[in-house]
Amino acid sequence: MYLKSAYDIRDKYLRKDMLPTIFCPGCGIGSALQYTLRAIDDLGLNPDEIVWVSGIGCSSRVPGFVNFDGLHTTHGRALAFATGIKLANPDLKIIAFMGDGDAAAIGGNHFIHAIRRNLDVTVILINNFTYGMTGGQVAPTALKGLRGTTAPYGQFENPFDIADLAVSAGANYVARWSVFNYLQGINSIKKALQKEGFTLVEFLSPCPISFGRRNRMKTAPELLRWYQKITVPLAKAKKMSPEELEGKIVIGEFVDRDRPGLVREYEAYKKRAKKMMGWEE
Amino acid sequence: MRYPFPVGKSDFIQGDEAIARAAILAGCRFYAGYPITPASEIFEAMALYMPLVDGVSIQMEDELASMAAIIGASWAGAKAMTATSGPGFSLMQENIGYAIMTETPVVVVDVQRGGPSTGQPTLGAQGDIMQAIWGTHGDHMLIVLSPSTVQEAFDFTVRAFNLAERYRTPVVLLTDAEIAHMRERVYIPNPDEIEVVERKLPANEEEAKLPFGDPHGDGVPPMPIFGRGYRTYVTGLTHDEYGRPKTVDAEIHERLIRRIFNKILSHKDEIISYEKFMLDDAEIAIISTGIVSRSGVRAVKILREKGIKAGLLKLNTIWPFDFDMIEELAEQVEKIYVPEMNLGQLYHLVKEGANGKAEVELIPKIGGEVHTPMEIVERVVG
Ligand SMILES: Cc1ncc(C[n+]2csc(CCOP(=O)(O)OP(=O)(O)O)c2C)c(N)n1
Ligand code: SF4
Repeated sequence: MYLKSAYDIRDKYLRKDMLPTIFCPGCGIGSALQYTLRAIDDLGLNPDEIVWVSGIGCSSRVPGFVNFDGLHTTHGRALAFATGIKLANPDLKIIAFMGDGDAAAIGGNHFIHAIRRNLDVTVILINNFTYGMTGGQVAPTALKGLRGTTAPYGQFENPFDIADLAVSAGANYVARWSVFNYLQGINSIKKALQKEGFTLVEFLSPCPISFGRRNRMKTAPELLRWYQKITVPLAKAKKMSPEELEGKIVIGEFVDRDRPGLVREYEAYKKRAKKMMGWEE
Repeated sequence: MRYPFPVGKSDFIQGDEAIARAAILAGCRFYAGYPITPASEIFEAMALYMPLVDGVSIQMEDELASMAAIIGASWAGAKAMTATSGPGFSLMQENIGYAIMTETPVVVVDVQRGGPSTGQPTLGAQGDIMQAIWGTHGDHMLIVLSPSTVQEAFDFTVRAFNLAERYRTPVVLLTDAEIAHMRERVYIPNPDEIEVVERKLPANEEEAKLPFGDPHGDGVPPMPIFGRGYRTYVTGLTHDEYGRPKTVDAEIHERLIRRIFNKILSHKDEIISYEKFMLDDAEIAIISTGIVSRSGVRAVKILREKGIKAGLLKLNTIWPFDFDMIEELAEQVEKIYVPEMNLGQLYHLVKEGANGKAEVELIPKIGGEVHTPMEIVERVVG
C-alpha cells in the first residue's frame, strides 16, 4: 500500500482553526484518527456524505478537529444520536469515535442496542483502559490489577472485552488492534466503512498521561512494549489454554458477516406496513 | 400526500391520539420513544402512522436514547418528537440541555402523572411544571405549552413544532393524564388549513459558516443541517459563532447563553398565549393551566351566580412566563387563587409575578383527582 504523507492527510482533512489538538504527547488517539482519515482517503469517500459523532472524553474530541459535519454529544450517548441521524437521512455515512468508558460504561446500554439493531455505523473505539479526560479513573475495560485514581490499589473488578461483547450482540464486523498495528488498523477501517450494519474497530491506545503514569509506564514506548507483551494474535490465541490467556488481550479480526443493517430492515418494514394497510400491492 | 387518518373533519379521539395526528400534520417524520403510562398511546399511534407517511418510528432502549435520537434526526433535517411521562422526562433532561445548547428544534411531550418516582402511573398530576422549566442544569431557556382540551392538545402540538422550528429550540408540550386519555370531539384540519413553519436554512456559504451566530439580528441562526456540504461542528460545550468549543472564555459563554435566552424572551409576545374568562371586571382571579382550568371555568360561573366577581386566567404557555401581565392583573384584583394538582409549583411563579400587589393563595390537590369546581368555589367563598 502506498502511504501519503501525514502532512497531506492533515492538510486535506483537519480544520486548521481548531489546531492544536488537545491530545497529550504520546497519546494514541491521533494515530487512530490518522488511520481513519487514510481509510476515507484511500476509499475516495466524499466528506460531505460523512457525519462524525462522538460522546464525551478525549477520544470524543476528534470530530472537532476534522473538517466534516460532526456532532459532539453527551457522555456515552453518541450511538443513540447516530440512530436518529442515520434513520432520518440514510444517505449519510456515520463514523462514531468513542472512548472505552464512553462506549462500555455510561453508554453500555446504547452500545449493545445499537449493535442488536445493526445500526449502520462505523465505530472507532479508543481503548486506553482509563478515563483520560477526567484524569485517570479506572474504565470497565481495565484489566485486573491495573491502577486508576478510583482504584489506587489495583482494579478488583472483571473487565469487559468490548470486541467480544460486540460479536455476541450481533455486529457485522469487529476487529481489534493496538495503534501500533497501523496497516492492519487502516485495512480494518476500510473494510468497516464499506459494510452495512454495525462495524467496530477497537484500538488499544496509549494514554501515557492519565493511565501510563499510574501504571509505571510514563511514555508511549513503554506502553508500546507493554502492548506487545499483553496482546496475542487471534490465530495463536486459538491454540492457547484459558490459563495461558489470563491477562492477555486477543487482537485480530473477530467477525466479518453481512446481516442486513437497520436502514435496510426499516425500508422493508415500511413496505410491509403499506402492504398490510392495503396502500400498496 | 395521503394520510392514515381522516382529515378535514371531526373525530372522537383521545388526547394522545390527537397529539400523534397533529405531529404528522405539522410535518413530524421522526419519532423515537420508550413506553410509559400515560404517554404510550402517542407512541402506539406514531408506530401505526409513521411508516405509512414515509417517516420513522423507533422504540429506543430508554428515554435518554429517545431524546438523543430525535436531536440526531433534527440535525439530519427531520422534524422530530418524543413523548414520555415524569420518570422518563427526568431521564431526558441531560439531552434536553444539549438540545438547548445546540439550538436543535425538537418537540418533547410530557404527559404528567403522579410522582415523585414511579408514583401513580395511571393517575394525573401537575407535578412536572418546575421540571419542564428548570429540569436541566445551567442557565437555559425553552418553551413550555399546556393544553386543557383534546382539541388544544392537537392545536398546541402543531404550534409546538412551529415554535421549535421558528426559534431553533426544544419545545415541551406539558399535558395532563386526563387529557391524554379523555376522548373528545376534535377537528382534524386539512393540511392546507394548517400553518406549518419550516426552519430557516442558511441562505449562502457565509451564513452556513455561522451556525451559532446571529446573521439576521433576531437571535435565531439559520440551521445548516447535515449532509449538505456545510461541514458543521455541533457541540454541547460552550462554543463561538462558528461552533468552535471555547470553554473558558467568559465573554463567549455570556454572549451565547444571553442570545439563547433573548431569542425567546425578545419574542415573548409572539410566544406567550393565555385566555381570559370573565376577567374584565373581576375582583377575584383564578389562575390555572391544563385540565384544572376546566374546573376553574365552572367555578367562575358558580361564583358569579353567587354575586362574586370572579374571573379565570388560563395559561396556554407556561414558559416563558409573563410576570408583567400577572402584576397588572394583581393590581386589578384583590386576590388570586392558584388551583393546581401539586403542592405548589405554578403558585411560585404567580406569586413572583403578583409582586405583592395582591394576595396569592394556593389551592393544592394531590393523589390523582382534578379539583372539582366546588372545591375551588368553597376556598374562595371561605
Ligand atoms: C453524564 C456525565 N458523567 C460524567 C462526565 C465526566 N466525564 C467526562 S469524560 C469521562 C470519561 C472519559 O473516558 P473515556 O470515555 O474512556 O474516554 P477517554 O477520555 O479515555 O478518551 C467522564 C467520566 C460527563 N461529562 N458526563
Ligand atoms: S489524557 Fe490520555 S487519552 Fe487523553 S489526550 Fe492525554 S494521553 Fe490522550
